[in-house]
Amino acid sequence: MSRCTRAAAPWLAGLAAFAGLCGACKAQSTPNDVGSAAPFGSPVDDQSTLFHAELDQFEERFGSGDSGLRWDGEAWVGTDDNRLWLKSEGYASDGQTREGQDEALYDRPLTTFFDLQAGIRYDLDSYAGRGWGAIGFEGLAPYDLKISVTAYASDAGHYALKLSGAYELLLTQRLILEPQLELNGYTRADGPMQIGSGWSQLDTGLRVRYEIQRKFAPYVGVVHSRSTATAGISQDQWRVTAGIRLWY
Amino acid sequence: MSDNKTKPADPGPLNRRRFVQGLASVTCGTAGIVRAASLPATTGQLEPNGALVSLVVAPMSVNVTGRSRIASAANGSVPGPCLRLRQGDVLTARVTNRLAEATSIHWHGIRLPSDQDGVPGLSFRGIAPGATFSYQFPITQSGTYWYHGHSGMQEQTGLYGPLILVPRDPEPYRYDRDYVVMLSDWTDEDPMAVLSNLKQQSDYYDYQRRTLGTFLSDADRLGLRTAVADRRMWDMMRMNPTDLMDVTGATYTFLLNGQPPAANWTALFNEGEKVRLRFINAASMTTFDVRIPGLSMTVVAADGADIEPIEVEEFRMGAAETYDVIVQPRDDSAYTIFAQSFDRSGYARATLATHAGAVAAVPALDPRPLRTMADMGMQKTAAMPAMDMSNMDLSHMNMADMAAMAPMPATVAAPNADGVDPARMRGLPSVDHVATQPLNRLAEAGTGLDGNGRRVLRYSDLRSLEPNAENQPVARDLEFRLTGNMERFVWGFDGKKFSEAGPIRLRLCERVRFVLVNDTMMEHPIHLHGFLFALENGQQGSLPIKHTINVKPNERLSFLFTADTPGNWAFHCHLMLHMDAGMFRTVVVA
Repeated sequence: MSRCTRAAAPWLAGLAAFAGLCGACKAQSTPNDVGSAAPFGSPVDDQSTLFHAELDQFEERFGSGDSGLRWDGEAWVGTDDNRLWLKSEGYASDGQTREGQDEALYDRPLTTFFDLQAGIRYDLDSYAGRGWGAIGFEGLAPYDLKISVTAYASDAGHYALKLSGAYELLLTQRLILEPQLELNGYTRADGPMQIGSGWSQLDTGLRVRYEIQRKFAPYVGVVHSRSTATAGISQDQWRVTAGIRLWY
Repeated sequence: MSDNKTKPADPGPLNRRRFVQGLASVTCGTAGIVRAASLPATTGQLEPNGALVSLVVAPMSVNVTGRSRIASAANGSVPGPCLRLRQGDVLTARVTNRLAEATSIHWHGIRLPSDQDGVPGLSFRGIAPGATFSYQFPITQSGTYWYHGHSGMQEQTGLYGPLILVPRDPEPYRYDRDYVVMLSDWTDEDPMAVLSNLKQQSDYYDYQRRTLGTFLSDADRLGLRTAVADRRMWDMMRMNPTDLMDVTGATYTFLLNGQPPAANWTALFNEGEKVRLRFINAASMTTFDVRIPGLSMTVVAADGADIEPIEVEEFRMGAAETYDVIVQPRDDSAYTIFAQSFDRSGYARATLATHAGAVAAVPALDPRPLRTMADMGMQKTAAMPAMDMSNMDLSHMNMADMAAMAPMPATVAAPNADGVDPARMRGLPSVDHVATQPLNRLAEAGTGLDGNGRRVLRYSDLRSLEPNAENQPVARDLEFRLTGNMERFVWGFDGKKFSEAGPIRLRLCERVRFVLVNDTMMEHPIHLHGFLFALENGQQGSLPIKHTINVKPNERLSFLFTADTPGNWAFHCHLMLHMDAGMFRTVVVA
């Protein structure tokens, strides 16, 4: 223990006197790199790898013409700075799946509220299937709007843009009204996938959920979907829905 | 718990002989959560000499909420045993680890050689499972302190206990009874899962958010236009004005000496006696507001150091702070020691009474406060009062206080410790706000307290009883920005997490001023290991000496210390999850 001139507090004298006594305890710890921020390993775990999965929509849609199961979920694994995201959505009815989109994206925080995401998308459903490269942003816009914008380029020279957004309005602490919108636009019609060009897929809903727990919330809602297929046949439906929002 | 019902010996005049009795009479409120059958009635009582301590850290089954959980306990109790030593003793503590993971014991607020400080990674490698580590260092100071685990999440799971250091010289105050009141928080969840939940949803535990109901109420009271403008402003910023504590009563049970409110831990006194209560905030994530309705409290020490006595009705405790108060009930009625969490999501409670079994009314929780524009550094445009259906009077008081706040006297701009230009932190993923006009807020009691009608302790009130020693001039100033991104639940200094930043290097014996600027919208109880610092609160010549300072949002404050002990020292936010998320630095003194 060294003694600091003019600052020699009484306790220092005690420590100085003690220095000779303390040979044993000193021997138990010998830093291998004195001077670095953590000579014996990190004192905190600020690079821990976490995992979460969230199923925002897992619902049955009831309509006079068409009823079916819609899902839209995502999962991520990684640290604060580097994450792998998996996203999946689609609609199954009458033994057929359509509007399937599955993505694997590398995610990195770019700004305070937005992440950059880049990777691949594959449209996995009952149609031909199509692969895409993907790049986009996801985050929280002013006014607490959760949004994502993703641009895609397909293996067949198609381009696409997906916009999605949602907003949570708390009716009570656990009863939450959530308007949501997803819009898919395509530069060219895609015959094998049965997708028309333009803003050919709109899926929007107004759901009210009750958070029994944060991670378990049944909901009911109204959804409006419109899709334009290649032949120009357009489907425009208003349906009621009931489902469960889950996350892990 | 039987100790607490035993009347301690009257210390009487503080001569040497009585002093020893006084030592023996310290009644620690230990053993709140114990395996009743496995412990003798003397749990927590040490051998009279006190200087030889044996601690065994082991998993222990506890039941706080009706569900069985595993705590990490020292000597089979939560809190761990109350260690009572005399100033001048040489503490020898043999700590044996029976957990499946490494452990450590840190002696909070104690001046000691850095290899005895008990921070894994900095002081030593930690204590491996099955291993025993012997701490040995002289006790050079006196007062109320505590010890706790510094490994993983063990502090949250019960590894903490009181450390009472009895002074060599007579104390400048008299009391007949001496109790430790250790506040803490308990969750049945795995603390790592709590952190993970917050990373996914930062308001996961906030069940006091603003809703349609509070909006309608605000609109009714303040007008639709004002209510909409206020909501727009907060939403525009993507901030939540109800974000007071990250982890709340939604998962926490608040404990007092290890006991939940219903257990009603009781401290006994005889009519007319003076009772010393040694409050220690051992919580991982909770700020407590403490009062004893019907009694005024004379605060005699802060963070273990004697201060000029000051009478208050309430005081706020950031995590890891300690306050010693003396109360003198004048009649034989019962009094409730009421420690409500800062966000009013729950409370810890005990009773002060002349006989066991007596109870006093437990006050209602105060209205949940809101963050104000002052917290956001927008005081110049603070036309908008904090609004809440239950909070209107408070809001107006806050406005008055805000008007009274004076900016900190101009100081020479301190160089940033990391060489970071705060203006350039804006927009970083790790930073959600940068305070452009931080204020001196030491004369504010804090959010939810100012203007509540009670006399509340403020940092500016603290005045060291012992005049500050003559010190060498300050060699340099170092500024640290306390930064974070609430939405991402990322915390650090100067926009950097621990793993992204190097150590802060100080020359041995240099006297430095640390300037802290809180850019975030949360309080951060900042703790410096190994040194006691003088808080520059305006009490020139008698600056209070502390080890932990709870920095308010948008606050700029400073403290002084002499880097007189070489080694690696931790400097961190004492909110355990903020620390673990990266709000931690190493100060290397060489």
